[in-house]
Amino acid sequence: MISFLVRRLLSAIPVLIVVSLVSFIIIAIVPGDVTAELAGSDSTEAQRAEIRERLGLDRPMIEQAVRWYGRLLSGDLGQSYLLNMSVTDAVLERLPVTLSLAGIALVLAIVLGVLLGIVSAIRHDSWLDQGSMSLALFGLSVPDFWFALILISVFSVGLGWFPTGGYVPLSESLFGWARSMTLPALALAITQMGVVARMTRSSMLEVMSQDYIRTARAKGMRSHTIIFKHALRNALVPIVTVVGVMTGVLLGGAVVIEQVFSLPGVGRLIIGAIQRRDYPIIQGGLLITAATFVFVNILVDLAYGWLDPRVRDDR
Amino acid sequence: MTVEEAAETPEALEREVARARRRGIVRFFGRLAAHRSFRVGFALFFLIVLTAVFADLIAPYEPNKNNYRSLLAPPSMKHWFGTDGYGRDILSRVIHGTRISLGIGISVVVMTGVFGVFLGMLAGYVRWLDNLLMRVMDGLMAFPGVLLAIALAAALGPSALNAVIALTVTFTPRTARIVRSSVLVIRALPYVEAAVAVGAGHGRIIFRYILVNALSPLIVQLTFVFAVSILAEAILSFLGVGPPPPAPSLGNIIAEGRTYLQEAGWIAFFPGIAIAAAVLGLNLMGDGLRDVTDPQLRQGREAG
Repeated sequence: MISFLVRRLLSAIPVLIVVSLVSFIIIAIVPGDVTAELAGSDSTEAQRAEIRERLGLDRPMIEQAVRWYGRLLSGDLGQSYLLNMSVTDAVLERLPVTLSLAGIALVLAIVLGVLLGIVSAIRHDSWLDQGSMSLALFGLSVPDFWFALILISVFSVGLGWFPTGGYVPLSESLFGWARSMTLPALALAITQMGVVARMTRSSMLEVMSQDYIRTARAKGMRSHTIIFKHALRNALVPIVTVVGVMTGVLLGGAVVIEQVFSLPGVGRLIIGAIQRRDYPIIQGGLLITAATFVFVNILVDLAYGWLDPRVRDDR
Repeated sequence: MTVEEAAETPEALEREVARARRRGIVRFFGRLAAHRSFRVGFALFFLIVLTAVFADLIAPYEPNKNNYRSLLAPPSMKHWFGTDGYGRDILSRVIHGTRISLGIGISVVVMTGVFGVFLGMLAGYVRWLDNLLMRVMDGLMAFPGVLLAIALAAALGPSALNAVIALTVTFTPRTARIVRSSVLVIRALPYVEAAVAVGAGHGRIIFRYILVNALSPLIVQLTFVFAVSILAEAILSFLGVGPPPPAPSLGNIIAEGRTYLQEAGWIAFFPGIAIAAAVLGLNLMGDGLRDVTDPQLRQGREAG
């Protein structure tokens, strides 16, 4: 297990190198003069030159890269142009919101998806099966930010059950927090719910056709026990393998959902930075989100290696 | 006549092989046409393609023409999908929006296909490049979801072309990985070894023997890339880093409708339906293609 952990951690290094390189390059490809935007349209050339010098933008690209990496290795992602705080602080302050949103959505997607999948597998080829799979396909096809707007107009504007947006911290009120997170998490979960439902259905159907299920039936075991004790447990294995991928999709999707519901997460920070051309924030937000995703993937792999010893011996 | 009998003369063998290939192609399309969800998806998608192609003829109004006498008009016989805050006809904007969505989608599919095949082939065929290329692809895939596309499009500036570039960079890595893994399997098969043994050149081996057989997983993947690109383009437009307004891209219309969610919900509603219909059509087609080309691989979709 230790050697598996070490190998897994080492394999993250080249990934992080590419991630940091891409984060650096993204600012380098911005066309035109960044400082003109920062200083405003009525700024003088002298003012712009001063900003360039202060930010080190007048140096050759290689020197900027070396400096950027130097600071990066000491955990310093620079200073936000506009927020008057360090990029690291700004991002880390908002990371819990994004992580909890993605986390709740992950749980919702798995629970709802598995339920739909089981229903359609045990009522194979019935109207329940058709209905569940249509719902899954709907989830896969609908843009999640649009679904979020529909949820807002029905449940917030229409029925008034939930706020139209905004965030209540968990430390302030548990109920308020849950209310402010319900619709965002539901909107975010819809796509992955479809993925999970379809996977559960097909792997359940496959497992149910196995010999040991037939044996269990033949010896008179109750179908309830067969489905939950034997079939479901084995059918869930493929779901575990995609939790990593799903987390990535949800973290990325959270960017848009946070924007729709005005939740103060990393995504909203990045979009705000894009609108105001606060490049260090874009760079740092991108880097930290990707690093978080890499870390989550390692955790998922470890969990999987722990569940299934073949995984850790194989590589 | 079997292949063995036909092999007596080279010309006869050639003829027999060509006939077998034609039979295979006919059978493939026959099975696709018999696949129910493929048929439904194809019909739906074809309808949307027609809408996009003949947008100028179908749309009842100019998509960008303001009409200050009917602002925020609800759906009616005159304006089926209602009008927006400038009095523009939503139906006409949605019809023209499908053109933008499909245009960007197909461009992303073509570019992702070209780069994915090139990089995947390179990694699978030139072994010493494999490690380097795949690490770069892993690094690009480490950016969750469409975040990389959003940041790239923002850095390059809002335009349709930049949206295509940003989405191509985002979707190429997984496509390259899929091509690479097919190449690795196929290049180890006896018939490729046989081709090498009789002295076939690299070009012939790559195009005649490997690429042709790596095609079906690639096509399935590209169908899903098409679907995901349409969704992602809407996200980029919605966030203001896609084709800039007043372009009637579906994401732009939804973004404009967001402001009027309370008093004019129809503005945001209809473009979302159009996106969902296009994506649903593509997903159903992708399911059908996957079932027909590889019945063993019926797990959840893997796109993006």
